[in-house]
Amino acid sequence: MVTIKNLSFAYGNSKGIHFPDFKIDKGEHCLLLGESGSGKTTLLHILGGLLRGYSGSVEVAGTELSSLSETALDHFRGKHMGFVFQRNHLISALTVEKNLIMAPYLAELPIKPQHVEDVLESLGIGEKKHSKVTELSQGQAQRVAIARAVLNNPPVILADEPTSALDDKSCAQVIDLLIQQANAHQATLLVATHDQRLKDKIGKQISLHG
Amino acid sequence: MNLVLLVWNYLKAKPLNTALNIVLLSLGIAVIIVLLLFNKQLEEKISENARGIDLVVGAKGSPLQLILCNIFHIDFPTGNINLKEAEQIARHRLVKNAIPLALGDSYEAYRIIGTDQRYAELYKVEVEQGSWFAKELDVVIGANVEVMTKLKLNDEFASAHGLTSGGHAHDEHKFVVKGILKRSNTVLDNLILTSIESVWHVHDLHTEEDHQHHERDTTFIASSLVPSVAAGDSTKEITSLLIQYRSPMGAIQLPRFVNQQSSMQAASPAFETARLFSILGVGVDILMAFAYVLIFISALSIFIALYNSLKERRYDLAIMRSMGATRLKLVVTILSEGVLLTLLGSIIGILLGHGVLVIMTAFVAETQKAGISGIVFYNEEWIILAGSLLLGVLCALIPAWQAYRTDISKVLAGN
Repeated sequence: MVTIKNLSFAYGNSKGIHFPDFKIDKGEHCLLLGESGSGKTTLLHILGGLLRGYSGSVEVAGTELSSLSETALDHFRGKHMGFVFQRNHLISALTVEKNLIMAPYLAELPIKPQHVEDVLESLGIGEKKHSKVTELSQGQAQRVAIARAVLNNPPVILADEPTSALDDKSCAQVIDLLIQQANAHQATLLVATHDQRLKDKIGKQISLHG
Repeated sequence: MNLVLLVWNYLKAKPLNTALNIVLLSLGIAVIIVLLLFNKQLEEKISENARGIDLVVGAKGSPLQLILCNIFHIDFPTGNINLKEAEQIARHRLVKNAIPLALGDSYEAYRIIGTDQRYAELYKVEVEQGSWFAKELDVVIGANVEVMTKLKLNDEFASAHGLTSGGHAHDEHKFVVKGILKRSNTVLDNLILTSIESVWHVHDLHTEEDHQHHERDTTFIASSLVPSVAAGDSTKEITSLLIQYRSPMGAIQLPRFVNQQSSMQAASPAFETARLFSILGVGVDILMAFAYVLIFISALSIFIALYNSLKERRYDLAIMRSMGATRLKLVVTILSEGVLLTLLGSIIGILLGHGVLVIMTAFVAETQKAGISGIVFYNEEWIILAGSLLLGVLCALIPAWQAYRTDISKVLAGN
């Protein structure tokens, strides 16, 4: 599902980061470990098509990302990837429900209100449907983000430090839900983190050293 | 979920900012709309009322006053002219049509005009109920007069001396309503027409009274507001003569002929109304400038609001990209936000402008008399609407360009 070969990336004139080759199969989950500055986020952004201008090969869901135009990459991202970020990733002007509906709307997929409700229920936040996102706790906001990431049934879910801002209890809940949702949608889950609490949750681990 | 809904949610999230921008813009637009409606209708009314009248001949004085008095019936007469002299003008070879007017009395502030049927024909107004006046003291009333005074056919009324209400009443002579004119949205709607003889009839007796007045009350006679008829003078007098030229040569020769060869003066409605508009124009220009300043400020305010909210929304925009939104979609979103703001502002402004005029016509009798309405729409309003949409695009252009250039990876990583 995700294959990288000979990948390296350089910001401006700085010395580039070289990433180890790896391959993640469909439905397999993987932890990207490393200290801050080791290039976890950079790698995740490259895999997500958010960052271009790398050298080497990145193949996601059978498509070489560098072969896509900027617009085609946007469409590809909308249909094949779901993102969960550390925080502040919900659109504060919209309610929980509308935040979720943004996913199919922006990816130009059909909008199914019942599906939105089902996903929210499965994450235990069905009653928050009409709440403003500013009224949610960090843990609840993270669940809404997971709901949004899986809503379009993407084959790949990319999570960047999804638990770092959470306490132990919420952390365990969020990672469990993330894995559970990824399994339910048969998606490949890739989590970039330095959060040691996640180490025994996902078997496959890739360590990055800046 | 669609684009408009998304943009609307963004606007709703900042109600005060949004309201301020909309209020500013709508005020500017409303001022322009009021001026537009007022000016357009006034010009239309004026040209309608002056239609077919090439020259007004009356007593010497202000030419503008002569026009205002004898065509629009809003000012007082400059005085009277001798009928004999007026006849000489009417007989001139360049005159096609000369309609005499005799002013002097009113009923509940509606003027009674002594004239003949040609005056109504000039405006192509017909009698709707009853018939044209035949005998002395028969009158035909305008449509507005009927509504406002509630006079009906065959009702009798006594006129008041002078052209405003509250003058001395001519109780000895009762006018009789014989006909009601069809509404024409011209000055005729506000007039009571009768024969010239009726006006003389009322005033001949009146002058005898005046002689008695003369000994008691000199100030009343001396009032320039009241045209007087000389006692014992066999020469009759009228107020003015409305003239149509036989050929364009008339425009060159007649005014000079009247002004130099007689004790009367001639005034051209076209020239005097143009002069009036140039005087009024200064005030209109100042108001217009004020409206444009308001619109400029609102444009600036919309630009600043979009620019600032964009800064706060950089992360939102990056998230939207991560969900598959193209750069073009973000640009369209930002532009739509500007356009939605100005669209709302201009629609509210246009409604406000019309509303103000509707209220004004309901409470100010003068605007009613002038036939100005708030429920009239002009093509220029489409231009205003289109212009404000363009303004919205312009205000959003720089913020949209910034949204287009945003490096999503940097924004997402930097948070």
